[in-house]
Amino acid sequence: MRSPSGPGVAAGEVLLAVENVSLAFGGVKAVSDVSFDIRKGEIRAIIGPNGAGKTSMLNIINGFYQPQQGAITFKGETRAKMRPHDAADGGIARTFQNVALFRGMTALDNIMAGRTLKMHKNLFWQLLRYGPAMAEEVEHRRFVEDIIEFLKIQEIRRTPVGRLPYGLQKRVELGRALAMEPELLLLDEPMAGMNLEEKEDMSRFVLDVNDHFGTTIALIEHDMGVVMDLSDRVVVLDHGVKIADGTPDEVKSNQAVIDAYLGVAH
Amino acid sequence: MHLLYLIFIDPFVQMASAPDLLVQTLWDGLVAGVLYSLIALGFVLIFKASGVFNFAQGIMVVFAALTLVGLHEHGIPAYLALAMTIAVMFGLAVVVERVMLRPLVNQPDIILFMATFGLTYFLIGLGELVFGGEPKVMIARQLGLPRGAIDIKFAGGFVSLQKIDIAAAIISSLMVAALALFFQKTRIGRALRAVADSHKAALSVGISLEQIWVIVWFAAGLVALTTGIMWGARSEVSFALEIIALKALPVLILGGFTSIPGAIVGGVIIGVGEKIGEFYWGPLLGSGIESWLAYVIALLFLLVRPQGLFGEKLIERI
Repeated sequence: MRSPSGPGVAAGEVLLAVENVSLAFGGVKAVSDVSFDIRKGEIRAIIGPNGAGKTSMLNIINGFYQPQQGAITFKGETRAKMRPHDAADGGIARTFQNVALFRGMTALDNIMAGRTLKMHKNLFWQLLRYGPAMAEEVEHRRFVEDIIEFLKIQEIRRTPVGRLPYGLQKRVELGRALAMEPELLLLDEPMAGMNLEEKEDMSRFVLDVNDHFGTTIALIEHDMGVVMDLSDRVVVLDHGVKIADGTPDEVKSNQAVIDAYLGVAH
Repeated sequence: MHLLYLIFIDPFVQMASAPDLLVQTLWDGLVAGVLYSLIALGFVLIFKASGVFNFAQGIMVVFAALTLVGLHEHGIPAYLALAMTIAVMFGLAVVVERVMLRPLVNQPDIILFMATFGLTYFLIGLGELVFGGEPKVMIARQLGLPRGAIDIKFAGGFVSLQKIDIAAAIISSLMVAALALFFQKTRIGRALRAVADSHKAALSVGISLEQIWVIVWFAAGLVALTTGIMWGARSEVSFALEIIALKALPVLILGGFTSIPGAIVGGVIIGVGEKIGEFYWGPLLGSGIESWLAYVIALLFLLVRPQGLFGEKLIERI
């Protein structure tokens, strides 16, 4: 597999910056005045108790929600409004908390769907399955087969994903995101609902993706052990407000974080 | 005893004694079935892409046919009128996407379903306003569709094949084949199935819902136009045509809402079943069973295969 090469942003520099972003649904403030950045090549964790605004933050980054205030800078470009299509085109891929797969399609077709934006050949040729379109299809198929092998899901290639156990569905969803050759990969609770063994597998995949392809990863996770092991830096949200930002060790010993998780005696 | 004889024996005796009539009835049923398939296909396209039963498909058939005939009445040559009607159907797809679908993204399916009711009444009103309410004659001859019949000698009698029916069968088959190829083999086809399964997942991989919806509604519009021309050529172009669209419902139940081959096979089963039933069993009940027999066939089918012949079997976990 090729590693995605982002124009302009070198490893260690800021790939995505969130500045003073606020989002409210009517009277409910999901995110209030949050700023943080994600550097190229790192694994960045977003943690916080339930309802802290973590998923809202991911939805803002990939264009599902438009923040009422603040700006987002991605690859040096600042924007106030972006549609999911543009985010995908710009190199942001994601997975979902409750697995959003194309249930009626096979694992292979699901992952191929991740190549949608990479396919450009004329529809006419595609229809005939001939000439340049055939070559293109073969090329993409090869790429997808590499991903399938990487995720060790060869044997379920042809299975409609609706029939797969949850852990494998999550893996297929990761595969679909990887097929987009993303520069920034957003993972919303990739280990939720998994048993220990599945969690270990998934952790290894996340690390491998980051190592081999240099993909920058932002992940939401509840399992603190996993977060501490995987991430380079952690941002902590509580009730939509950022309460801490730093390395796992710094965050672990931060009093505000401890209070948020364990509660404060009144 | 006599009743049982009339139901279980007599019709088959008749079939055997007059094979030419049987073949004629089968042919009539086949042609009606192909046209039912076409209508059902329009529903399947939109259902596959958005999970919505498009109630307006029937009126789209009428609207397309009316536009074609109306333009020709204003002195525009037939083929130019056809091209312009295709453009109008594309425009309709764009407007439907912009005004109706886009504001309703991520809403429950039932909301979109209700919106298609609104579209139906809007199109009825618009059609009557622009083209008037009286029936029109389809410009079949001007479009180069054949007229007359071919009589074939068969088993001591004649089987009469209308040329327009033969043309309808051929054109419908070509159309179905083209659509099936398009949706199975191209990236648009894959994107379309993706959109049907999950809006947000489709968005996250960069599929543009707007584009997909315009394509699907345009395809459904083309199917509607073809259906309108073929049905119009056999009878006349009027708002009554909308009723035949309801015949697509049993076809869809039979074939499965998501399957293009299902729409075809279902259409043929309903078409043939209807004609055979009417001709051989109809007299027992004083005729007129054609209008409801299709629904009975569909109902019996539902008992055995709720997902239809080719529908996707859903496994629900509990």
